[in-house]
Amino acid sequence: MQSAADLARPGRPARLRSSSWILLAAVLVSLFALLPLAFIIWVAVQTGWETASALVFRPRVGELLVNTVLLVVLAVPISIVLSVALAWLTERSDLPGARLWAWLSVAPLAIPAFVHSYAWITLVPGLHGLWAGVLVSVIAYFPFLYLPVAAALRRLDPALEDTAAALGLGPWRVFARVVLPQLRLAICGGSLLVGLHLLAEYGLYVFIRFDTFTTAIVDQFQSTFNGPAANMLAAVLVTCCFVLLGLEVLVRGEERYARVGSGAARQQQRTRLGRATVPCLLLPAVTTLLALGVPFITIGRWLIAGGADVWRLDEIGLALGQTLFLALAGALLATVAAMPMAWISIRAPGPMQRLLEGCNYIVGSLPGVVVALALVTITVRIALPLYQTLFTILVAYALMFLPRALISLRASIAQAPVELERAAASLGRPPLKALWSTTIRLSAPGAAAGMALVALGIMNELTATQMLAPNGTRTLAMAFWSYSGEIDYASAAPYAFIMVAISLPLTWLLYIQSKRMAGR
Amino acid sequence: MKSALSTLAGAALAIGLFVAPAMAQEDGIIVYNAQHESMAKEWAEGFTKETGIKVTLRNGGDSDFSNQIVAEGAASPADVFLTENSPAMALVEASGLFAPVDADTLAQIPREYQPTTGKWVGVAARSTVFAYNKTKLNADQLPKSLLDLADPSWKGRWAASPSGADFQAIVSALLQLKGEPATADWLKAIKENFTAYKGNGTVMKAVNAGEIEGGVIYHYYYFGDQAKTGENSGNVELHYFKNQDPGAFVSISGGGVLASSKHPKEAQAFLKWVTGKGGQDVLTTGTSYEYAVGKGAESNPKLVPLADLQAPKVDPATLNSKKVTDLMTAAGLL
Repeated sequence: MQSAADLARPGRPARLRSSSWILLAAVLVSLFALLPLAFIIWVAVQTGWETASALVFRPRVGELLVNTVLLVVLAVPISIVLSVALAWLTERSDLPGARLWAWLSVAPLAIPAFVHSYAWITLVPGLHGLWAGVLVSVIAYFPFLYLPVAAALRRLDPALEDTAAALGLGPWRVFARVVLPQLRLAICGGSLLVGLHLLAEYGLYVFIRFDTFTTAIVDQFQSTFNGPAANMLAAVLVTCCFVLLGLEVLVRGEERYARVGSGAARQQQRTRLGRATVPCLLLPAVTTLLALGVPFITIGRWLIAGGADVWRLDEIGLALGQTLFLALAGALLATVAAMPMAWISIRAPGPMQRLLEGCNYIVGSLPGVVVALALVTITVRIALPLYQTLFTILVAYALMFLPRALISLRASIAQAPVELERAAASLGRPPLKALWSTTIRLSAPGAAAGMALVALGIMNELTATQMLAPNGTRTLAMAFWSYSGEIDYASAAPYAFIMVAISLPLTWLLYIQSKRMAGR
Repeated sequence: MKSALSTLAGAALAIGLFVAPAMAQEDGIIVYNAQHESMAKEWAEGFTKETGIKVTLRNGGDSDFSNQIVAEGAASPADVFLTENSPAMALVEASGLFAPVDADTLAQIPREYQPTTGKWVGVAARSTVFAYNKTKLNADQLPKSLLDLADPSWKGRWAASPSGADFQAIVSALLQLKGEPATADWLKAIKENFTAYKGNGTVMKAVNAGEIEGGVIYHYYYFGDQAKTGENSGNVELHYFKNQDPGAFVSISGGGVLASSKHPKEAQAFLKWVTGKGGQDVLTTGTSYEYAVGKGAESNPKLVPLADLQAPKVDPATLNSKKVTDLMTAAGLL
């Protein structure tokens, strides 16, 4: 409770009151965020060691573990190499059309992972297994690595590289010994994000018949609803998530990355590619072709094959309306829920705040299927009036995407001067009102960016939505999934098209935001 | 910020006003529908047109719904439960959650297509088939029995969708007919032998493309695709096991009214309509190609008549889905 004690310094009773309210709100949100994790532990304890171990230590779980580990071990390094190469080409070389390629390297995020898979399975019907999983995973998720790596490259101080070159290192060794180490944080963070997505993804692997823990949990859910086998698989999956989180902390290390010295860093010089330009152009071109060309061409092909018949406008309109509503309401809730934590982490940092904030990130790393499984069981057993309600699904969304809102908000609040809050308070506003009229308003850009990211996540969410949606709900993703499950790929195409069309502007926002964070 | 937030909140509210009614319908009945969405939609629309009673469908699968209803217990929001197969019905029945079906509804369906208990009723039927690629297999190379597929000679040559309720219903019939040890052995053997796909349609698509020689699915996927474009069934032929083989199992799709229903009258009326002329006509003329089971109702003339299938006799009320998922989990199929 150290930070609470900090906040409760004598002589500032007004601040004390508002701060403790905010702290209370943050604690509540964090407790909510721990709910799914607590649920898994509770189920494991309830199931008893004997049953639990019989369900965990069986060959099937071994198979799934091998599949999941191989997937992560192969897809993440490939994504790292691809992202670093693309980021260097677009940020540090004189590649023609670098800005366009940069945006095209982010754009694949607009396409839901299961739509990527749907496109590939259309193009190569027999595609299946580990390597297919690696291919589509890399294509669908590498932008999560590209974004931070490109941003980090943009910020590097060229003086370090000049020094290394002056000391006699060739360009490759400069890259390996000076540039790459400085990208460590970005690569670690991005890899973690990619890894967690690989663990949580469902639809992508169903299309290409590659079983991971998440697909097996959904299989069990479909066979037994919330049976112990599903929950035990979920426990193993959660353990995998924690292993990734732990690995990231280990690899990240504690080196210092900030530059010392007066003044600002120089603008970087772009490396001339010269005769290598054409081969270098191949990399972004091929990536774009695979990551954007394939989905667009296949969706287009199905739209043409389906003709006007597949545009069932009443059905599509309803699904679109419901999706937008869920996305907006969920984004709003996530942002409001993230506000107290974001404020505390800037204004009153300390061990207590770090602990609380950690809780918020943990839930974000849990796959949607686990969060949904927990909420289904909790509502059905002890909070029945909330079962299958709009409230519950919005809570699930808010929990799953809390980190997205938190990160954006925190950055914005950090830029809002605390003096304004105090000035507003000293001019007679009640504390929460003072906060509202200063910091909260000033954090609007961060809130908006966070909301866009959350909305993007909700729009493409499938597993939790299917399990928690109120009766009569049919989102774009659900409709797409239902049609493609009946092998009616043409009828699924309009839904894929609309999801991509709405998401594209949001990824543009993401791109702009990452540029702004780098200050350029 | 204030204006941006309130604009967004306003937008959410406005969309909510349009959407919320569709999301939580207070009037009418809620049907947990595990049947094919398009067919259930036709049933719901036909019923609403005739009676004015609104129907909200929640779509899902047999087993998740049956277990869900059990978990929800007396508080289940569902009024009616429709399935593709019987084991899910048997599970809900065993938990004592069904109200008895009205006698005049039961009278519309022959005895053999309803459980002896009268707690639910058959609404349609489907036959197990071995769908094979006719360019890869000749008629004389086909398996004589479902049990043959566990033979090492079939290793890597056939497919099924083990996570689906359809295949699990077939296994439950096998369990009923041949007993637990034989079923457990068969499941262990096929784990080595077969390729798992997700969904019967996907299995047929793979058979058609020649990725695999054959697959155990239900009959109507083939007829449905043939009626559309035939692009996923052009090379496919159906093999009926017949001979009272477990592979000749005819699975009964069920309908039941929940004891906890807050609209029991409307729910019973819906079930009566589905098993009556209106509902069964949807099967005869529609695109589902499932068998009609109502007295005097004709199935689609393109289908092999139900009477010719030589299906094994199984009381649908005895099919045990829990045991099947346990056995399949133990065999590493789930």
